[in-house]
Amino acid sequence: MTTESVPQDTAASYSFDAGTEARFQDILSRYPNLRAALLPSLFLIQEVSGYLSPAALEYIAGRLELPAGKVLQVATFYTMFHKKPAGRHHIEVCTSVPCCMMGGYGVLHYLENKLGIKAGEVTPDRKFSLASAECLAGCGHAPLMQINSEYYEHLTFEAIDRILAGLD
Amino acid sequence: MEPVLTSNWKVERSYTLDVYERRGGYAALRKALQMSPDAIVDEVKRSNLRGRGGAGFPTGVKWSFLPKQSDVPKYLVINADEGEPGTFKDRYIMELDPHRLLEGCIIAGWALGIHTTYIFIRGEMKLGAARLEMAIHELRAKGMLGANVLGSGFRHQIHVHRGAGAYICGEETALIEALEGKAGQPRLKPPFPAVVGVFGCPTVVNNVETIACVPTILDRGAEWFSSVGSDKNGGPKLVQISGRVKNPGTYEVPSGISLREFIESPQYGGGMIEGVTLKAVIPGGSSCPSLLPSELDVGMDFDQMRNVGSMFGTGGVIVIDSTQCIVRLAARTAHFYHHESCGQCTPCREGTGWVARILDEIEAGRGRQEDLDLLLNICDNMEGATICPLGDAMAMPVRGFLKKFRSEFEAHVADRRCPYPAW
Repeated sequence: MTTESVPQDTAASYSFDAGTEARFQDILSRYPNLRAALLPSLFLIQEVSGYLSPAALEYIAGRLELPAGKVLQVATFYTMFHKKPAGRHHIEVCTSVPCCMMGGYGVLHYLENKLGIKAGEVTPDRKFSLASAECLAGCGHAPLMQINSEYYEHLTFEAIDRILAGLD
Repeated sequence: MEPVLTSNWKVERSYTLDVYERRGGYAALRKALQMSPDAIVDEVKRSNLRGRGGAGFPTGVKWSFLPKQSDVPKYLVINADEGEPGTFKDRYIMELDPHRLLEGCIIAGWALGIHTTYIFIRGEMKLGAARLEMAIHELRAKGMLGANVLGSGFRHQIHVHRGAGAYICGEETALIEALEGKAGQPRLKPPFPAVVGVFGCPTVVNNVETIACVPTILDRGAEWFSSVGSDKNGGPKLVQISGRVKNPGTYEVPSGISLREFIESPQYGGGMIEGVTLKAVIPGGSSCPSLLPSELDVGMDFDQMRNVGSMFGTGGVIVIDSTQCIVRLAARTAHFYHHESCGQCTPCREGTGWVARILDEIEAGRGRQEDLDLLLNICDNMEGATICPLGDAMAMPVRGFLKKFRSEFEAHVADRRCPYPAW
Protein backbone atom coordinates (compact mmCIF):
# COMPACT_ATOMS: atom_id res chain seq x y z
CA MET A 1 0.00 0.00 0.00
CA THR A 2 1.38 3.41 -0.87
CA THR A 3 0.28 6.87 0.05
CA GLU A 4 1.16 9.92 -1.93
CA SER A 5 0.16 13.52 -2.26
CA VAL A 6 -1.72 14.69 -5.30
CA PRO A 7 -1.07 18.12 -6.78
CA GLN A 8 -4.00 20.49 -6.34
CA ASP A 9 -5.08 22.55 -9.29
CA THR A 10 -8.73 22.74 -10.05
CA ALA A 11 -8.73 25.79 -12.25
CA ALA A 12 -7.90 24.10 -15.54
CA SER A 13 -10.77 22.47 -17.38
CA TYR A 14 -10.52 19.18 -19.23
CA SER A 15 -12.47 17.54 -22.01
CA PHE A 16 -12.09 14.88 -24.71
CA ASP A 17 -11.53 15.81 -28.34
CA ALA A 18 -13.61 14.01 -30.99
CA GLY A 19 -11.15 11.16 -31.50
CA THR A 20 -10.78 10.53 -27.77
CA GLU A 21 -14.54 10.72 -27.33
CA ALA A 22 -14.99 7.98 -29.94
CA ARG A 23 -12.54 5.75 -28.08
CA PHE A 24 -14.33 6.55 -24.81
CA GLN A 25 -17.64 5.49 -26.35
CA ASP A 26 -16.04 2.23 -27.50
CA ILE A 27 -14.89 1.59 -23.93
CA LEU A 28 -18.39 2.25 -22.58
CA SER A 29 -19.87 -0.27 -25.03
CA ARG A 30 -17.87 -3.10 -23.40
CA TYR A 31 -19.43 -2.92 -19.94
CA PRO A 32 -22.92 -3.20 -18.47
CA ASN A 33 -22.45 -0.10 -16.30
CA LEU A 34 -20.52 3.18 -16.33
CA ARG A 35 -18.29 2.51 -13.35
CA ALA A 36 -16.58 -0.52 -14.92
CA ALA A 37 -15.22 1.82 -17.58
CA LEU A 38 -13.10 3.67 -15.00
CA LEU A 39 -9.76 1.83 -15.37
CA PRO A 40 -9.76 1.88 -19.19
CA SER A 41 -10.88 5.53 -19.13
CA LEU A 42 -7.97 6.47 -16.86
CA PHE A 43 -5.57 4.65 -19.22
CA LEU A 44 -7.11 6.57 -22.13
CA ILE A 45 -6.58 9.91 -20.38
CA GLN A 46 -3.02 8.98 -19.47
CA GLU A 47 -2.27 7.99 -23.05
CA VAL A 48 -3.73 11.21 -24.46
CA SER A 49 -2.59 13.68 -21.79
CA GLY A 50 0.50 12.01 -20.33
CA TYR A 51 -0.81 11.89 -16.76
CA LEU A 52 -3.94 12.13 -14.63
CA SER A 53 -4.36 15.76 -13.64
CA PRO A 54 -6.88 16.74 -10.95
CA ALA A 55 -8.97 18.38 -13.68
CA ALA A 56 -8.98 15.17 -15.73
CA LEU A 57 -9.97 13.10 -12.70
CA GLU A 58 -12.82 15.48 -11.97
CA TYR A 59 -13.90 15.35 -15.61
CA ILE A 60 -13.99 11.54 -15.79
CA ALA A 61 -15.84 11.39 -12.47
CA GLY A 62 -18.56 13.51 -14.08
CA ARG A 63 -18.68 11.42 -17.25
CA LEU A 64 -18.94 8.14 -15.30
CA GLU A 65 -21.32 9.61 -12.69
CA LEU A 66 -18.96 8.74 -9.84
CA PRO A 67 -18.03 10.76 -6.75
CA ALA A 68 -14.63 12.41 -7.31
CA GLY A 69 -13.32 10.65 -4.21
CA LYS A 70 -13.98 7.20 -5.69
CA VAL A 71 -12.06 8.14 -8.82
CA LEU A 72 -9.15 9.48 -6.75
CA GLN A 73 -9.14 6.28 -4.67
CA VAL A 74 -8.76 4.17 -7.81
CA ALA A 75 -6.21 6.51 -9.42
CA THR A 76 -4.01 6.33 -6.31
CA PHE A 77 -4.47 2.59 -5.59
CA TYR A 78 -2.84 1.42 -8.81
CA THR A 79 0.85 2.02 -9.51
CA MET A 80 0.56 2.45 -13.28
CA PHE A 81 -1.46 5.66 -13.03
CA HIS A 82 0.73 8.77 -13.02
CA LYS A 83 -0.63 11.64 -10.96
CA LYS A 84 2.35 13.74 -12.01
CA PRO A 85 3.74 13.96 -15.56
CA ALA A 86 6.19 11.11 -16.23
CA GLY A 87 9.13 11.38 -18.60
CA ARG A 88 8.63 10.76 -22.33
CA HIS A 89 10.43 7.50 -21.76
CA HIS A 90 9.28 5.92 -18.52
CA ILE A 91 11.84 3.31 -17.44
CA GLU A 92 10.89 0.58 -14.99
CA VAL A 93 13.52 -1.83 -13.70
CA CYS A 94 12.38 -5.10 -12.17
CA THR A 95 13.88 -5.69 -8.71
CA SER A 96 11.70 -8.59 -7.53
CA VAL A 97 13.20 -11.78 -6.19
CA PRO A 98 14.51 -13.56 -9.27
CA CYS A 99 15.71 -10.28 -10.86
CA CYS A 100 17.39 -8.95 -7.72
CA MET A 101 19.60 -12.07 -7.70
CA MET A 102 20.55 -11.45 -11.32
CA GLY A 103 21.65 -7.84 -11.07
CA GLY A 104 18.35 -5.92 -11.07
CA TYR A 105 19.61 -3.43 -8.49
CA GLY A 106 22.85 -3.04 -10.43
CA VAL A 107 20.81 -1.96 -13.44
CA LEU A 108 18.71 0.41 -11.35
CA HIS A 109 21.74 2.03 -9.73
CA TYR A 110 23.51 2.30 -13.08
CA LEU A 111 20.49 4.13 -14.52
CA GLU A 112 20.27 6.39 -11.46
CA ASN A 113 23.90 7.42 -11.98
CA LYS A 114 23.61 7.73 -15.73
CA LEU A 115 20.43 9.85 -15.63
CA GLY A 116 21.35 11.76 -12.47
CA ILE A 117 17.99 11.00 -10.84
CA LYS A 118 16.72 8.59 -8.21
CA ALA A 119 14.02 5.99 -8.77
CA GLY A 120 10.69 7.81 -8.64
CA GLU A 121 12.08 10.98 -10.25
CA VAL A 122 11.98 12.64 -13.68
CA THR A 123 14.94 14.23 -15.51
CA PRO A 124 14.70 18.06 -15.70
CA ASP A 125 14.17 17.89 -19.49
CA ARG A 126 11.31 15.40 -18.91
CA LYS A 127 12.92 12.96 -21.32
CA PHE A 128 13.27 10.12 -18.80
CA SER A 129 11.57 9.00 -15.62
CA LEU A 130 12.82 6.05 -13.61
CA ALA A 131 11.14 3.61 -11.26
CA SER A 132 11.80 0.24 -9.70
CA ALA A 133 9.06 -2.24 -10.53
CA GLU A 134 7.78 -5.41 -8.97
CA CYS A 135 7.86 -8.59 -11.07
CA LEU A 136 7.43 -7.85 -14.79
CA ALA A 137 7.02 -11.54 -15.69
CA GLY A 138 10.34 -11.86 -17.47
CA CYS A 139 12.23 -13.72 -14.71
CA GLY A 140 14.04 -16.07 -17.09
CA HIS A 141 15.54 -13.14 -18.97
CA ALA A 142 16.82 -11.09 -16.04
CA PRO A 143 17.91 -8.42 -15.54
CA LEU A 144 15.28 -6.51 -17.45
CA MET A 145 13.54 -3.18 -17.80
CA GLN A 146 10.45 -1.90 -19.51
CA ILE A 147 10.52 1.45 -21.32
CA ASN A 148 6.96 2.54 -22.06
CA SER A 149 5.55 -0.62 -23.67
CA GLU A 150 8.84 -2.28 -24.71
CA TYR A 151 10.68 -4.97 -22.75
CA TYR A 152 14.49 -5.00 -22.79
CA GLU A 153 15.90 -8.24 -21.38
CA HIS A 154 19.32 -9.77 -20.55
CA LEU A 155 20.61 -6.26 -19.83
CA THR A 156 24.26 -5.28 -19.57
CA PHE A 157 25.56 -1.76 -18.91
CA GLU A 158 26.70 -1.57 -22.55
CA ALA A 159 23.22 -2.61 -23.73
CA ILE A 160 21.61 0.06 -21.53
CA ASP A 161 23.89 2.74 -23.02
CA ARG A 162 22.97 1.61 -26.52
CA ILE A 163 19.22 1.42 -25.80
CA LEU A 164 19.07 4.87 -24.22
CA ALA A 165 21.15 6.41 -27.00
CA GLY A 166 18.59 5.13 -29.50
CA LEU A 167 15.68 6.99 -27.86
CA ASP A 168 14.81 10.50 -29.00
CA MET B 1 6.28 -35.46 -24.56
CA GLU B 2 5.03 -33.89 -27.75
CA PRO B 3 4.50 -30.16 -27.05
CA VAL B 4 0.93 -28.91 -27.05
CA LEU B 5 0.69 -25.57 -25.25
CA THR B 6 3.99 -24.38 -26.72
CA SER B 7 3.63 -26.07 -30.12
CA ASN B 8 3.09 -22.79 -31.98
CA TRP B 9 5.55 -20.58 -30.12
CA LYS B 10 8.39 -20.86 -32.61
CA VAL B 11 6.20 -20.59 -35.71
CA GLU B 12 6.34 -17.33 -37.59
CA ARG B 13 3.30 -15.08 -37.02
CA SER B 14 1.94 -17.71 -34.62
CA TYR B 15 -0.40 -15.10 -33.16
CA THR B 16 -2.48 -14.74 -36.33
CA LEU B 17 -5.75 -16.55 -37.01
CA ASP B 18 -4.42 -17.76 -40.33
CA VAL B 19 -1.45 -19.59 -38.82
CA TYR B 20 -3.43 -20.88 -35.83
CA GLU B 21 -6.12 -22.39 -38.06
CA ARG B 22 -3.58 -23.85 -40.45
CA ARG B 23 -2.03 -25.65 -37.50
CA GLY B 24 -5.34 -27.21 -36.48
CA GLY B 25 -6.77 -24.37 -34.44
CA TYR B 26 -10.53 -23.97 -33.94
CA ALA B 27 -11.20 -27.62 -34.83
CA ALA B 28 -11.92 -28.13 -31.13
CA LEU B 29 -14.45 -25.29 -31.15
CA ARG B 30 -16.22 -26.77 -34.16
CA LYS B 31 -16.33 -30.10 -32.38
CA ALA B 32 -17.53 -28.51 -29.13
CA LEU B 33 -20.43 -26.74 -30.82
CA GLN B 34 -21.70 -30.20 -31.91
CA MET B 35 -21.53 -31.47 -28.33
CA SER B 36 -23.93 -30.82 -25.48
CA PRO B 37 -22.67 -28.33 -22.87
CA ASP B 38 -22.89 -31.02 -20.16
CA ALA B 39 -20.74 -33.38 -22.20
CA ILE B 40 -18.01 -30.73 -22.40
CA VAL B 41 -18.05 -30.07 -18.64
CA ASP B 42 -17.88 -33.82 -18.11
CA GLU B 43 -14.92 -34.12 -20.47
CA VAL B 44 -13.04 -31.37 -18.60
CA LYS B 45 -13.81 -33.06 -15.26
CA ARG B 46 -12.47 -36.39 -16.49
CA SER B 47 -9.32 -34.78 -17.88
CA ASN B 48 -8.13 -33.98 -14.31
CA LEU B 49 -7.31 -30.44 -15.42
CA ARG B 50 -6.49 -28.37 -12.36
CA GLY B 51 -6.29 -24.58 -12.13
CA ARG B 52 -2.93 -23.32 -13.37
CA GLY B 53 -3.00 -20.03 -11.47
CA GLY B 54 -1.57 -21.56 -8.31
CA ALA B 55 -4.39 -23.07 -6.29
CA GLY B 56 -4.77 -26.25 -8.35
CA PHE B 57 -8.53 -26.55 -7.91
CA PRO B 58 -10.15 -29.04 -10.36
CA THR B 59 -11.45 -26.91 -13.25
CA GLY B 60 -14.45 -29.07 -14.14
CA VAL B 61 -15.63 -29.02 -10.53
CA LYS B 62 -15.27 -25.23 -10.41
CA TRP B 63 -17.35 -24.98 -13.56
CA SER B 64 -20.08 -27.16 -12.10
CA PHE B 65 -20.57 -24.69 -9.20
CA LEU B 66 -22.01 -22.19 -11.69
CA PRO B 67 -25.84 -22.26 -11.68
CA LYS B 68 -27.24 -23.73 -14.89
CA GLN B 69 -30.29 -21.49 -14.90
CA SER B 70 -29.80 -17.82 -14.18
CA ASP B 71 -32.08 -14.80 -14.56
CA VAL B 72 -29.04 -12.56 -14.86
CA PRO B 73 -26.08 -12.90 -17.24
CA LYS B 74 -23.18 -15.21 -16.31
CA TYR B 75 -19.59 -14.20 -16.95
CA LEU B 76 -16.28 -15.87 -17.70
CA VAL B 77 -13.31 -13.90 -16.43
CA ILE B 78 -9.80 -14.87 -17.43
CA ASN B 79 -7.17 -14.16 -14.82
CA ALA B 80 -4.25 -12.90 -16.87
CA ASP B 81 -2.84 -10.81 -14.04
CA GLU B 82 0.37 -12.83 -13.95
CA GLY B 83 2.56 -11.25 -11.28
CA GLU B 84 3.85 -13.81 -8.79
CA PRO B 85 7.63 -13.33 -8.83
CA GLY B 86 9.20 -16.26 -10.68
CA THR B 87 6.20 -16.69 -12.99
CA PHE B 88 6.41 -15.99 -16.71
CA LYS B 89 4.18 -18.30 -18.73
CA ASP B 90 0.76 -16.72 -19.37
CA ARG B 91 2.48 -13.72 -20.92
CA TYR B 92 3.85 -15.95 -23.69
CA ILE B 93 0.51 -17.67 -24.34
CA MET B 94 -1.04 -14.25 -24.93
CA GLU B 95 1.84 -12.87 -26.97
CA LEU B 96 2.58 -15.95 -29.06
CA ASP B 97 -0.62 -18.01 -29.14
CA PRO B 98 -3.57 -15.75 -28.23
CA HIS B 99 -6.03 -17.77 -30.32
CA ARG B 100 -5.50 -20.84 -28.12
CA LEU B 101 -6.79 -18.82 -25.16
CA LEU B 102 -9.67 -17.30 -27.17
CA GLU B 103 -10.73 -20.71 -28.49
CA GLY B 104 -10.79 -22.01 -24.93
CA CYS B 105 -12.91 -19.02 -23.85
CA ILE B 106 -15.54 -19.63 -26.52
CA ILE B 107 -15.69 -23.36 -25.75
CA ALA B 108 -16.04 -22.64 -22.01
CA GLY B 109 -18.72 -20.06 -22.84
CA TRP B 110 -20.70 -22.64 -24.83
CA ALA B 111 -20.28 -25.25 -22.09
CA LEU B 112 -21.43 -22.91 -19.33
CA GLY B 113 -24.08 -20.81 -21.10
CA ILE B 114 -21.94 -17.67 -20.89
CA HIS B 115 -22.11 -14.93 -23.51
CA THR B 116 -19.42 -12.54 -22.28
CA THR B 117 -15.76 -13.10 -21.38
CA TYR B 118 -13.46 -10.49 -19.88
CA ILE B 119 -9.74 -11.14 -20.09
CA PHE B 120 -8.15 -9.27 -17.18
CA ILE B 121 -4.55 -8.78 -18.30
CA ARG B 122 -1.74 -7.11 -16.38
CA GLY B 123 -1.42 -3.50 -17.44
CA GLU B 124 2.32 -3.90 -18.06
CA MET B 125 1.71 -6.58 -20.72
CA LYS B 126 0.95 -4.22 -23.55
CA LEU B 127 2.12 -6.55 -26.31
CA GLY B 128 -0.10 -9.36 -25.00
CA ALA B 129 -3.09 -7.04 -24.79
CA ALA B 130 -2.49 -5.77 -28.33
CA ARG B 131 -2.14 -9.31 -29.73
CA LEU B 132 -5.38 -10.37 -28.00
CA GLU B 133 -7.25 -7.31 -29.31
CA MET B 134 -6.02 -8.07 -32.79
CA ALA B 135 -7.00 -11.73 -32.52
CA ILE B 136 -10.49 -10.80 -31.28
CA HIS B 137 -10.83 -8.44 -34.24
CA GLU B 138 -9.88 -11.26 -36.64
CA LEU B 139 -12.47 -13.57 -35.10
CA ARG B 140 -15.26 -10.98 -35.29
CA ALA B 141 -14.46 -10.24 -38.91
CA LYS B 142 -14.84 -13.93 -39.77
CA GLY B 143 -18.04 -14.52 -37.78
CA MET B 144 -16.25 -16.74 -35.29
CA LEU B 145 -17.06 -14.43 -32.41
CA GLY B 146 -20.11 -12.22 -31.90
CA ALA B 147 -23.84 -12.71 -32.48
CA ASN B 148 -23.59 -16.10 -34.19
CA VAL B 149 -20.40 -18.08 -33.57
CA LEU B 150 -19.62 -20.13 -36.70
CA GLY B 151 -23.32 -20.11 -37.62
CA SER B 152 -24.24 -22.12 -34.53
CA GLY B 153 -26.64 -19.56 -33.13
CA PHE B 154 -24.45 -19.24 -30.01
CA ARG B 155 -23.44 -15.66 -29.22
CA HIS B 156 -20.24 -14.75 -27.41
CA GLN B 157 -18.21 -11.59 -26.90
CA ILE B 158 -14.69 -11.29 -25.51
CA HIS B 159 -13.26 -8.05 -24.09
CA VAL B 160 -9.74 -7.27 -22.92
CA HIS B 161 -9.56 -5.36 -19.63
CA ARG B 162 -6.16 -4.06 -18.55
CA GLY B 163 -5.14 -4.05 -14.91
CA ALA B 164 -3.21 -1.04 -13.67
CA GLY B 165 -0.42 -2.37 -11.50
CA ALA B 166 -1.55 -4.25 -8.39
CA TYR B 167 -0.38 -7.80 -7.59
CA ILE B 168 -3.43 -8.31 -5.40
CA CYS B 169 -5.67 -8.36 -8.49
CA GLY B 170 -4.41 -11.89 -9.14
CA GLU B 171 -6.73 -12.85 -6.26
CA GLU B 172 -10.01 -13.54 -7.98
CA THR B 173 -12.31 -11.31 -5.91
CA ALA B 174 -9.86 -8.38 -6.03
CA LEU B 175 -9.72 -8.93 -9.79
CA ILE B 176 -13.51 -8.73 -9.91
CA GLU B 177 -13.46 -5.47 -7.93
CA ALA B 178 -10.91 -4.03 -10.37
CA LEU B 179 -13.02 -5.14 -13.31
CA GLU B 180 -15.93 -3.27 -11.77
CA GLY B 181 -13.84 -0.08 -11.67
CA LYS B 182 -12.83 -0.17 -8.03
CA ALA B 183 -9.64 -0.49 -6.00
CA GLY B 184 -8.59 -4.15 -5.98
CA GLN B 185 -9.49 -5.13 -2.45
CA PRO B 186 -10.55 -8.77 -2.00
CA ARG B 187 -14.07 -9.66 -0.95
CA LEU B 188 -15.10 -11.96 1.85
CA LYS B 189 -16.10 -15.44 0.66
CA PRO B 190 -18.78 -16.75 0.68
CA PRO B 191 -20.51 -15.81 -1.46
CA PHE B 192 -18.14 -17.32 -4.01
CA PRO B 193 -17.87 -15.77 -7.48
CA ALA B 194 -19.81 -18.71 -8.96
CA VAL B 195 -22.83 -17.31 -7.10
CA VAL B 196 -22.07 -13.58 -6.80
CA GLY B 197 -19.20 -12.51 -9.02
CA VAL B 198 -18.68 -9.59 -11.36
CA PHE B 199 -21.59 -7.10 -11.57
CA GLY B 200 -23.37 -9.22 -8.94
CA CYS B 201 -23.72 -12.10 -11.43
CA PRO B 202 -22.51 -15.74 -11.41
CA THR B 203 -18.89 -15.75 -12.59
CA VAL B 204 -16.18 -18.28 -13.34
CA VAL B 205 -12.62 -17.00 -12.94
CA ASN B 206 -9.98 -19.17 -14.65
CA ASN B 207 -6.27 -18.70 -15.31
CA VAL B 208 -4.95 -18.19 -18.86
CA GLU B 209 -3.08 -21.49 -19.05
CA THR B 210 -6.08 -23.37 -17.62
CA ILE B 211 -8.38 -22.18 -20.38
CA ALA B 212 -5.67 -22.62 -23.00
CA CYS B 213 -5.72 -26.36 -22.12
CA VAL B 214 -9.42 -26.70 -22.99
CA PRO B 215 -9.08 -26.93 -26.81
CA THR B 216 -6.52 -29.72 -26.36
CA ILE B 217 -8.83 -31.66 -24.04
CA LEU B 218 -11.54 -31.61 -26.72
CA ASP B 219 -9.10 -32.35 -29.54
CA ARG B 220 -7.43 -35.32 -27.93
CA GLY B 221 -9.95 -36.39 -25.32
CA ALA B 222 -9.97 -36.45 -21.54
CA GLU B 223 -8.22 -39.84 -21.40
CA TRP B 224 -5.22 -38.61 -23.35
CA PHE B 225 -5.00 -35.43 -21.29
CA SER B 226 -5.15 -37.15 -17.92
CA SER B 227 -2.67 -39.80 -19.07
CA VAL B 228 0.00 -37.14 -19.65
CA GLY B 229 0.20 -36.09 -16.00
CA SER B 230 0.61 -37.73 -12.64
CA ASP B 231 -2.21 -39.02 -10.44
CA LYS B 232 -5.05 -36.44 -10.27
CA ASN B 233 -2.87 -33.86 -12.03
CA GLY B 234 -3.80 -33.99 -15.69
CA GLY B 235 -2.06 -32.67 -18.72
CA PRO B 236 1.00 -30.83 -19.87
CA LYS B 237 2.13 -27.97 -17.62
CA LEU B 238 4.08 -24.83 -18.31
CA VAL B 239 6.89 -24.58 -15.79
CA GLN B 240 9.47 -21.86 -15.56
CA ILE B 241 12.97 -21.64 -14.20
CA SER B 242 14.92 -18.52 -13.23
CA GLY B 243 18.15 -17.78 -11.39
CA ARG B 244 21.74 -18.76 -12.19
CA VAL B 245 21.01 -21.89 -14.21
CA LYS B 246 22.33 -22.58 -17.69
CA ASN B 247 18.95 -22.49 -19.47
CA PRO B 248 16.47 -20.24 -17.69
CA GLY B 249 13.10 -20.12 -19.43
CA THR B 250 9.60 -21.51 -19.84
CA TYR B 251 9.14 -25.21 -20.61
CA GLU B 252 6.23 -27.54 -21.25
CA VAL B 253 6.48 -30.76 -19.23
CA PRO B 254 4.14 -33.55 -18.18
CA SER B 255 2.67 -32.63 -14.75
CA GLY B 256 4.59 -34.46 -12.04
CA ILE B 257 8.13 -34.66 -13.43
CA SER B 258 10.93 -34.60 -10.87
CA LEU B 259 12.01 -31.15 -9.69
CA ARG B 260 15.65 -32.27 -9.67
CA GLU B 261 15.38 -33.49 -13.25
CA PHE B 262 13.77 -30.19 -14.28
CA ILE B 263 16.59 -28.16 -12.75
CA GLU B 264 19.46 -30.37 -13.91
CA SER B 265 18.44 -31.90 -17.24
CA PRO B 266 20.13 -30.31 -20.29
CA GLN B 267 16.69 -30.39 -21.90
CA TYR B 268 15.39 -27.97 -19.24
CA GLY B 269 17.31 -25.88 -16.68
CA GLY B 270 20.66 -27.46 -17.48
CA GLY B 271 22.02 -27.17 -13.93
CA MET B 272 23.93 -24.29 -12.38
CA ILE B 273 26.22 -22.02 -14.38
CA GLU B 274 29.97 -22.37 -13.81
CA GLY B 275 31.29 -21.12 -10.50
CA VAL B 276 28.17 -21.32 -8.35
CA THR B 277 26.40 -24.13 -6.54
CA LEU B 278 22.78 -24.70 -5.65
CA LYS B 279 21.71 -23.32 -2.27
CA ALA B 280 17.91 -23.51 -2.26
CA VAL B 281 14.91 -23.74 -4.58
CA ILE B 282 11.59 -21.92 -4.42
CA PRO B 283 9.43 -24.34 -6.42
CA GLY B 284 6.36 -22.38 -7.50
CA GLY B 285 6.61 -18.61 -7.27
CA SER B 286 7.89 -16.43 -4.42
CA SER B 287 5.14 -17.32 -1.94
CA CYS B 288 6.25 -20.97 -1.70
CA PRO B 289 8.53 -22.16 1.12
CA SER B 290 12.03 -23.01 -0.11
CA LEU B 291 13.48 -26.49 -0.51
CA LEU B 292 17.06 -27.55 0.20
CA PRO B 293 19.25 -29.27 -2.43
CA SER B 294 18.58 -32.57 -0.61
CA GLU B 295 14.80 -32.17 -1.03
CA LEU B 296 14.48 -31.98 -4.81
CA ASP B 297 13.50 -35.58 -5.58
CA VAL B 298 9.84 -34.69 -5.66
CA GLY B 299 7.30 -34.60 -8.48
CA MET B 300 6.18 -31.21 -9.77
CA ASP B 301 2.47 -31.37 -9.06
CA PHE B 302 0.09 -29.91 -6.50
CA ASP B 303 -0.09 -32.98 -4.26
CA GLN B 304 3.58 -34.07 -4.20
CA MET B 305 4.83 -30.53 -3.44
CA ARG B 306 2.42 -30.25 -0.53
CA ASN B 307 3.75 -33.53 0.85
CA VAL B 308 7.23 -32.02 1.19
CA GLY B 309 5.94 -28.90 2.92
CA SER B 310 5.96 -26.54 -0.03
CA MET B 311 3.63 -25.74 -2.91
CA PHE B 312 3.57 -26.17 -6.69
CA GLY B 313 1.92 -22.74 -7.07
CA THR B 314 2.43 -21.37 -10.56
CA GLY B 315 5.26 -23.76 -11.42
CA GLY B 316 7.71 -20.85 -11.35
CA VAL B 317 10.94 -22.42 -10.05
CA ILE B 318 13.35 -19.85 -8.60
CA VAL B 319 16.84 -21.25 -8.13
CA ILE B 320 18.89 -19.61 -5.38
CA ASP B 321 22.64 -19.98 -5.84
CA SER B 322 25.49 -20.05 -3.34
CA THR B 323 26.30 -16.34 -3.76
CA GLN B 324 22.92 -15.23 -2.40
CA CYS B 325 22.17 -14.04 1.12
CA ILE B 326 19.01 -15.69 2.45
CA VAL B 327 18.30 -12.90 4.94
CA ARG B 328 18.37 -10.33 2.14
CA LEU B 329 16.11 -12.46 -0.06
CA ALA B 330 13.69 -12.90 2.84
CA ALA B 331 13.66 -9.12 3.35
CA ARG B 332 13.14 -8.49 -0.36
CA THR B 333 10.26 -10.99 -0.38
CA ALA B 334 8.65 -9.34 2.65
CA HIS B 335 8.97 -5.89 1.06
CA PHE B 336 7.23 -7.17 -2.08
CA TYR B 337 4.20 -8.36 -0.14
CA HIS B 338 4.18 -5.24 2.02
CA HIS B 339 4.13 -3.09 -1.12
CA GLU B 340 1.35 -5.19 -2.62
CA SER B 341 -0.84 -5.49 0.49
CA CYS B 342 -4.15 -3.80 -0.30
CA GLY B 343 -4.30 -2.42 3.23
CA GLN B 344 -7.70 -3.79 4.05
CA CYS B 345 -6.83 -6.23 6.87
CA THR B 346 -4.65 -5.16 9.79
CA PRO B 347 -2.61 -8.40 10.21
CA CYS B 348 -1.42 -8.21 6.59
CA ARG B 349 -1.07 -4.43 6.26
CA GLU B 350 0.93 -4.09 9.49
CA GLY B 351 2.47 -7.56 9.65
CA THR B 352 4.12 -7.50 6.23
CA GLY B 353 5.75 -4.13 6.98
CA TRP B 354 6.80 -5.17 10.47
CA VAL B 355 8.45 -8.34 9.18
CA ALA B 356 10.17 -6.41 6.39
CA ARG B 357 11.59 -3.84 8.84
CA ILE B 358 12.88 -6.52 11.24
CA LEU B 359 14.55 -8.37 8.36
CA ASP B 360 16.11 -5.08 7.17
CA GLU B 361 17.58 -4.58 10.65
CA ILE B 362 19.01 -8.11 10.76
CA GLU B 363 20.46 -7.68 7.28
CA ALA B 364 22.02 -4.33 8.29
CA GLY B 365 23.70 -5.96 11.31
CA ARG B 366 21.37 -4.39 13.85
CA GLY B 367 19.24 -7.47 14.60
CA ARG B 368 18.63 -9.04 18.01
CA GLN B 369 18.60 -12.74 18.73
CA GLU B 370 14.99 -12.51 19.95
CA ASP B 371 13.95 -11.06 16.59
CA LEU B 372 14.04 -14.54 15.04
CA ASP B 373 11.30 -15.84 17.29
CA LEU B 374 9.44 -12.55 16.96
CA LEU B 375 9.39 -13.04 13.19
CA LEU B 376 7.88 -16.50 13.61
CA ASN B 377 5.37 -15.13 16.09
CA ILE B 378 4.23 -12.39 13.67
CA CYS B 379 3.93 -14.94 10.84
CA ASP B 380 1.80 -17.19 13.08
CA ASN B 381 -0.49 -14.29 13.89
CA MET B 382 -0.92 -13.25 10.27
CA GLU B 383 -1.75 -16.62 8.79
CA GLY B 384 -5.42 -17.34 8.32
CA ALA B 385 -6.36 -14.03 9.94
CA THR B 386 -7.20 -12.08 6.81
CA ILE B 387 -9.75 -11.91 3.99
CA CYS B 388 -7.35 -13.18 1.32
CA PRO B 389 -4.09 -15.19 1.43
CA LEU B 390 -1.65 -12.34 0.61
CA GLY B 391 -0.45 -12.20 4.21
CA ASP B 392 -0.01 -15.98 4.20
CA ALA B 393 1.93 -15.63 0.96
CA MET B 394 4.55 -13.62 2.85
CA ALA B 395 4.46 -15.64 6.07
CA MET B 396 5.04 -19.00 4.34
CA PRO B 397 8.32 -18.20 2.54
CA VAL B 398 9.71 -16.14 5.45
CA ARG B 399 9.02 -18.97 7.89
CA GLY B 400 10.51 -21.41 5.38
CA PHE B 401 13.75 -19.41 5.11
CA LEU B 402 13.97 -19.13 8.91
CA LYS B 403 13.38 -22.82 9.41
CA LYS B 404 15.90 -24.02 6.84
CA PHE B 405 18.57 -21.30 7.16
CA ARG B 406 18.27 -20.27 10.82
CA SER B 407 22.04 -20.37 11.30
CA GLU B 408 22.46 -17.75 8.56
CA PHE B 409 20.07 -15.39 10.39
CA GLU B 410 21.84 -16.08 13.69
CA ALA B 411 25.22 -15.35 12.14
CA HIS B 412 23.98 -11.94 10.90
CA VAL B 413 22.89 -11.13 14.45
CA ALA B 414 26.01 -12.48 16.19
CA ASP B 415 28.53 -10.93 13.75
CA ARG B 416 26.48 -7.73 13.41
CA ARG B 417 26.99 -7.77 9.65
CA CYS B 418 25.97 -9.44 6.39
CA PRO B 419 28.81 -11.56 5.00
CA TYR B 420 27.70 -11.15 1.37
CA PRO B 421 28.66 -8.31 -0.99
CA ALA B 422 26.06 -5.61 -1.66
CA TRP B 423 23.73 -5.96 -4.66
